[in-house]
Amino acid sequence: MASEKVQTFTDGNFDEVTKSGVVLVDFWAEWCGPCRRLAPTVDALAGDFEGKVTVGKLNVDENPAVASRFQIRGIPTILILKDGQVADSVVGLVGKEELADKLNAQL
Amino acid sequence: MDADRKVIIIGSGPAGLTAAVYAARANLKPLLIEGLESGGQLMLTTMVENWPGFRDGIMGPDLMGDMRAQAERFGAEIIEGTVSAVTLGARPFTLSLANGRQLTAESLIIATGASARWLEIDTDRKLSGHGVSTCATCDGFFFKGRPIAVVGGGDSALEEAIYLTKFASKVTLVHRRDTLRASKIMQDKAFANPKIDFVWDSEVAEVKDVTKGEVTGLVLRNLKTGARTELPLEGVFIAIGHTPNTSLFAGQIELDPAGYIVTHAGSRTSVPGVFAAGDVQDHIYRQAITAAGSGCMAAIDAERFLEGHEG
Repeated sequence: MASEKVQTFTDGNFDEVTKSGVVLVDFWAEWCGPCRRLAPTVDALAGDFEGKVTVGKLNVDENPAVASRFQIRGIPTILILKDGQVADSVVGLVGKEELADKLNAQL
Repeated sequence: MDADRKVIIIGSGPAGLTAAVYAARANLKPLLIEGLESGGQLMLTTMVENWPGFRDGIMGPDLMGDMRAQAERFGAEIIEGTVSAVTLGARPFTLSLANGRQLTAESLIIATGASARWLEIDTDRKLSGHGVSTCATCDGFFFKGRPIAVVGGGDSALEEAIYLTKFASKVTLVHRRDTLRASKIMQDKAFANPKIDFVWDSEVAEVKDVTKGEVTGLVLRNLKTGARTELPLEGVFIAIGHTPNTSLFAGQIELDPAGYIVTHAGSRTSVPGVFAAGDVQDHIYRQAITAAGSGCMAAIDAERFLEGHEG
């Protein structure tokens, strides 16, 4: 269902895939209703920002190390990283336009 | 000027989707704009046990998925997006979407629902996502083996408290009064649960600790004695009810002092051609089934309104 342009981030690959450039991380889980609502928005952004922003999803159930490193205590949470550092974050549901503005601010 | 649509429905909970089913079956080709919280509050629940016709209950997200498919089957068009402004001064009414698109409609059904209410302090919102939550099914997972609190005394608060005992080491229910508003069956379940403690007559004065960026405890104020106590814990779930999503319409249609849309003679609002259904106009019943019922009323009222204004 998810767009091919959305990567799957894991505890194993996280540091490598996020170390440079602008990266959007969508922290989610199967049992989280709002996360399912946000998924199409993240898919669309991955298409709109192809080549400019790396977009990926991280399942907090399967990847507790990254979620705990960023003190994630609620999902959906979106982190925007720039060269591996947290540049912006959004907790809860958010519209596509607002996320696009936040990404553009980092480019 | 011809409007883009005869009927536009804002909101995709039970009220909006039921209005869409009825309007579609009346050949009004309704357009439904989902909004951010697509599917409404039932998307955040688990088993719904009081929706008639399902003797064993039905999962909230499944019910909403089926309602949506039913509306689409009869020709309702459902689009993603949020409405950022409306102009209700003259017909056709104009709606501006957050993506810049503009739409006009001969009639409008408002079913924007209500969203979880926060405390009247600012420390809770500052720690949202860092230990403060309004969604137990989303965030309970992060509190495995940790002490937490639930604030509230209604059915939703008790449902969340009971659900959260699956994860938390201990759940303290903080309530402003010395009795619960919740139904007897929920109270019995909560009192029988050894993991749930109760703090009565108390409100949350502060959520600590904003400077650390995580929840370390609550400062509670006893409303009878004024005494302040601190309760160390790692998470707090707020279940003190909802506020209607009506800021878009303020100043254009009549709202009551709490912000709910005032309806009369069924689903009619103070603006002819604008109808309201569901929790956005109901602070009394607030059930999925009453929301669906009022959505049906709004679609029928809109149909009759359009008949009176054509030809």
